[in-house]
Amino acid sequence: MGEMLIGLYVFVLATLAGREVISKVPPTLHTPLMSGANAISGIAIIGALVISAQAETLLVEVLGGVGIAMATINVVGGFMVTDRMLQMFKKR
Amino acid sequence: MDLTTLVELAYLLSAVLFVVGLKRMQSPATARQGNGLAALAMLIAIVATLVDNEIASWTAILIGIAVGGLAGGVAARTVKMTAMPEMVGLFNGFGGAASALVAAAEYTRLQHMGAVPEVGVGVTIALSMLIGAVTFSGSMVAFGKLNGRITGNPVTFPLQKTFNALLFLAIMGLGIALSGSFTAGGLGLMSLFLVFTGLSLLLGVLLVIPIGGADMPVVISLLNSYSGMAASAAGFIIGNMVLIISGALVGSAGLILTMIMCKAMNRSLANVAFGAFGGETGKAAVTAGKKNARSVDAEGAATLLAYAGNVIVVPGYGLAVAQAQHELKKVMDMLEEKGVQVRYAIHPVAGRMPGHMNVLLAEADVPYDQLFDLDEINDDFARTDVVVVVGANDVVNPEARNPDSIIAGMPILDVDKARTVIVVKRSLSPGFAGIDNPLFYMENTLMFFADAKKAMSDLSKELREA
Repeated sequence: MGEMLIGLYVFVLATLAGREVISKVPPTLHTPLMSGANAISGIAIIGALVISAQAETLLVEVLGGVGIAMATINVVGGFMVTDRMLQMFKKR
Repeated sequence: MDLTTLVELAYLLSAVLFVVGLKRMQSPATARQGNGLAALAMLIAIVATLVDNEIASWTAILIGIAVGGLAGGVAARTVKMTAMPEMVGLFNGFGGAASALVAAAEYTRLQHMGAVPEVGVGVTIALSMLIGAVTFSGSMVAFGKLNGRITGNPVTFPLQKTFNALLFLAIMGLGIALSGSFTAGGLGLMSLFLVFTGLSLLLGVLLVIPIGGADMPVVISLLNSYSGMAASAAGFIIGNMVLIISGALVGSAGLILTMIMCKAMNRSLANVAFGAFGGETGKAAVTAGKKNARSVDAEGAATLLAYAGNVIVVPGYGLAVAQAQHELKKVMDMLEEKGVQVRYAIHPVAGRMPGHMNVLLAEADVPYDQLFDLDEINDDFARTDVVVVVGANDVVNPEARNPDSIIAGMPILDVDKARTVIVVKRSLSPGFAGIDNPLFYMENTLMFFADAKKAMSDLSKELREA
């Protein structure tokens, strides 16, 4: 089985797992869920890191570097703002 | 065990922690810990990647992380909670852009090497570029609409749908040419790729401009989903499972929220995307004036509330616009001291993004066990002494039960079934849907004509004296 096909298996199963886990998140937490998801989509930083590490030309290095910066904004900003919101949720 | 295996196991641990972290988001009591676990998962994945790759140059990596970390940190600390939709909209765009840049960098690298990769790789690069670019430009338009820099009204032009369809076909054609023609030699392929990128960016803009301001919760949920799928596509490019998995998780989350928002507005996704409905105001006939609305002043409202056994507050976005959350909480605290049971009923579209109102109330120190969503509380209105509607309109409009109304079938909070309803509102004007609200003229309804903030401070003054 090709690497592509394995990737597709993983993608489909992860989507289903995500649906199971996330559909049980209560409406109260939908905004933090979304900003947390923002942070997780910053995982693209891994792709940008791999590309930058292998960069042989300046153009690739610049593209990779800008990619890293944008993904890092998501990761750092996303997790921090989610934490800031969640610490406001208090029980009586 | 060799290094590669260790790195792969670290990625596996990271993927598991992402799932467990999201699972902890199922309760406000564990959510903060869940967010921390997801952040830990991210850290593990980043460290594993840095260990796994021989880094030729640290310059781009260190500058990128420093700049991004600083910008993200400052944004997270300073953003106002009312501006969360803008921030999420912007971040969706950055996620998409990062994935598009990975695609662009990989394409540039392959061109430089003169390599001839298999067709599959070409397809993943084209797909990652397309989704990433659409997410980026679409999110920028959504961001502009949310903060008022771009009109919240639907922007339409003749033959828009036909044009969009043709544009999509052109992108598909170019994508296929790009994926298949690595073997055709380097001639002109780079310019082909640039055109492909440009058209993808244009598609993102055109998909979002016809959507009105009121539909933005659906749009940012959908773009959230896209940003995850873009990350997954980037994962296919570099053959990394943790990227594919976490991208898929975000894709799921965004899609679920999109569906919930659509259901709450009683619209199909296709209707939101192509209907150009939201933001349309005053189109339907407004029949105010024929009937009489009864009004009440602060003193009267305070008396009603103080002698009630139980009160339900229905906050809408108007409350947040008036920045009246804190004053509202003060009034409700005073009522609780008098022994009144106080609860809050939150409609799914009460804010400008899913769950927005809950965050705004949490910021004002309203405990989350006082917040109830539509399904939990709707049956209780009939047993409620006083309902206070602050800054909400369409979500409490009983017209939704009338099959001939344009909002027919939209889920509403059944406030009209309560013994007394106090509506805090500046005038009798209609809401986003542009239709009159019969609730205002019902026998059990009292209109408290005032700005939400002023109304709440007047109420607390009266309650203090009472």
